[in-house]
Amino acid sequence: MKIYDVAIIGAGVTGTSIARELARYKLDVALLEKEEEPAFGVSKSNSGIIHPGIQNSPGSIKGRLCVQGNLLIRSLSKELNIDFKESGELIVAFNEEETRELLRLKKEAEILGVPGLKIVDKTWLRQNEPNLNTGVVTALYAPTAGIISPYRLVYGLAENAVRNGVEIFTETKVEDIIYSKPNFEIFSSKGLFRSMYVINSAGLFADEISKMLGVDYFRIRPRKGEEFILDKKKENMVHHLILPLPSKTSKGVLIIKTSDGNPMIGPTAEDIEDKEDLSTSDSGFNKVLFSARRLIPSINDKDIIAYFAGLRPVAGDDFIIKHEDKAPGFINVAGIQSPGLTASPAIALLVTNILKDNDLVLKKKFIFHAHRKKTIHLFQSPLLKAKKLIRKDPSYGDIVCRCEMVSAKEIRDAVKRGAKTMDGVKFRTRAQAGRCHGSFCTARIMKILAEERKIPITSVTKRGKGSEVIKEGRFCFPAPKA
Amino acid sequence: MAAGLSAHENGVKDILLIERDRYLGGILNQCIHTGFGINYFKEALTGPEYAGRFIEKVKNVPDIEVSLKSIAVKLTSDRTVTFLKPGRLETVKAKAVIMATGCREKTREMVHIQGSRPAGIFSAGGAQKLINIEGLLPGKEVVIVGSGDIGLIMARRFVMEGAKVSAIIEIQKETRGLLRNMVQCVEDFEIPVYFNHKISRIFGDSRVEKVSVIKVDDNLNEIPGSLFEINCDTILMSVGLIPENELIDMAGVRIEGTRTSVPGIFVCGNSFKIYDIVDAVTEDSFLAGKLAANYITNQ
Repeated sequence: MKIYDVAIIGAGVTGTSIARELARYKLDVALLEKEEEPAFGVSKSNSGIIHPGIQNSPGSIKGRLCVQGNLLIRSLSKELNIDFKESGELIVAFNEEETRELLRLKKEAEILGVPGLKIVDKTWLRQNEPNLNTGVVTALYAPTAGIISPYRLVYGLAENAVRNGVEIFTETKVEDIIYSKPNFEIFSSKGLFRSMYVINSAGLFADEISKMLGVDYFRIRPRKGEEFILDKKKENMVHHLILPLPSKTSKGVLIIKTSDGNPMIGPTAEDIEDKEDLSTSDSGFNKVLFSARRLIPSINDKDIIAYFAGLRPVAGDDFIIKHEDKAPGFINVAGIQSPGLTASPAIALLVTNILKDNDLVLKKKFIFHAHRKKTIHLFQSPLLKAKKLIRKDPSYGDIVCRCEMVSAKEIRDAVKRGAKTMDGVKFRTRAQAGRCHGSFCTARIMKILAEERKIPITSVTKRGKGSEVIKEGRFCFPAPKA
Repeated sequence: MAAGLSAHENGVKDILLIERDRYLGGILNQCIHTGFGINYFKEALTGPEYAGRFIEKVKNVPDIEVSLKSIAVKLTSDRTVTFLKPGRLETVKAKAVIMATGCREKTREMVHIQGSRPAGIFSAGGAQKLINIEGLLPGKEVVIVGSGDIGLIMARRFVMEGAKVSAIIEIQKETRGLLRNMVQCVEDFEIPVYFNHKISRIFGDSRVEKVSVIKVDDNLNEIPGSLFEINCDTILMSVGLIPENELIDMAGVRIEGTRTSVPGIFVCGNSFKIYDIVDAVTEDSFLAGKLAANYITNQ
């Protein structure tokens, strides 16, 4: 039986970043994921902000990794051909006292090495953010803040890791791990895996994985955040990320211009117990709307087309990234909440170094395919480009999702690249993510999924087993052509 | 189709009909119940039959060119339309443009229902398409939110397909749908309707498992102590329709009075305003066709 050099548990942005980094070396790497697809846990509800590194205490691991990650994400996004927009962020102050607080933040961030910070005044704000509340007197401007699609980052990392030899096992839930000299034995819902090193990037369940090896000094507490997405019509409502002054537990409710153009408002921050509770609430909605209107008073709740909740895996104030001497060969990468996405490329480097320090031999592969082919999104293409695409492949002109302008070609490509579920298609292409919420395109997407995956249409799921979209086929098998 | 036919009758000789689906008739094709055309044809037709009669008429007018599987993506105020179709992206400039883009259904997100987001939540029209066009039954135990006409019609349709419709939940004190649908689709099938009630939460991780329902007063305030639960695997949303005129918005054109703020751009049918019956949509579209023809003649 194959013994892997490294097994990584959890295919979120942390796990896939580590997998992709380790793929540079002559190693056998297995990435185990309990869900049907990568990014289906904590990462799927990430807001996609690439933080500049403000608001972390100067001595923290996450502060250092955030600043480093903000730099690294630029070259990484180029290699993986994922759009990264350096939009810049504004932390706003409503009075002099808050302005003093901004100066304090600026000073702290400069110690961490955040570049380009400056305080901007009312005139600047009026010119650059005309929809901002006129009560805002100053803002801390951080030019290096940016935005990326969290799903496309994870899928880009996962695809590129696989291209370079990493094996990803989905629907593979780790049930127990023991150390049985000279390697770990990982018992999963898909059978036994053996590995010399184990990396725990299991997000909300990192404490449970860690406990399996007797390392139980931390607990993951889910902190819920509800987010609300506005119609793409409101694309130009803001030009920067807009943040209020942070509170102790969170960065507050922000206005985010997502990488797809839709503005998003949120999140809430509520400590809860249940790691599966992704429900949204009226109180969350009211709170977010109230707080967001304090920044941009013109926000209309009729423009909200979607909402969701995500859970941040909180383990104290800082990230836990360390080799556990109690279980040699076992590395915890836990409590990766905000700014985890930004820090992820830096986390991957840190973990690689920890492995090296613990005697894993790292030899560079002769060939490492750093680059990934760009995925095409019609909605991001100017009309002239769209015309060329359609001439090259007619099915780019065959629109399946009318609200977000997604063609049959893009959906087929997404399935070929690994989408297995309706959510997987949505995260990769934005089909069903628009104002009609899939009312018009669900049937067509189901048919494409069934056709490409060669499964009956009744087996098509929203996000894995148990979430089949329909209960029964009535008249015809196989499904009519998509 | 009605607008095109009317424009032709009023003297327009060169008409392009852009349709995003692979057949003409739009949403009528999935409305296999009867009741269409009582005013216009003086008989009760099914949706596909009603559409079929217009398709025949359009076929017989060579001056109307039909472009199927074609989605208009851009409209500008100088009456230029850009559309995509398999293999082609085309831009056409017209003397007059009539927007007959219909409407879409309000979603669960627009009425802010709390709870989880599992599989099994459909718009009533989306479920109608799955059953009537695709031959797929979305669920076996259904709760319908709202008493719009599509919801009422789908209540009957689910029962006829062997599913159980546990409840129709309507926040207002009376139905939003037509009386005839209340009688023929709900009362005749003994489907329980809860007026002055709303869904307070959706439960279920992978698939819908149940909903909790609460009574509200006439001002829509929740009445404490009235909460109860209904088991179901499917939720249909039938809480209203919205005219679909994103292209008009993008062009900076406003809908006003009878038509729009830009001469030569007209809106008709459900994209102009939501009508209860197709005969009224048809009548409105005939008018728009005539207005467009007159506009061209007077230029």
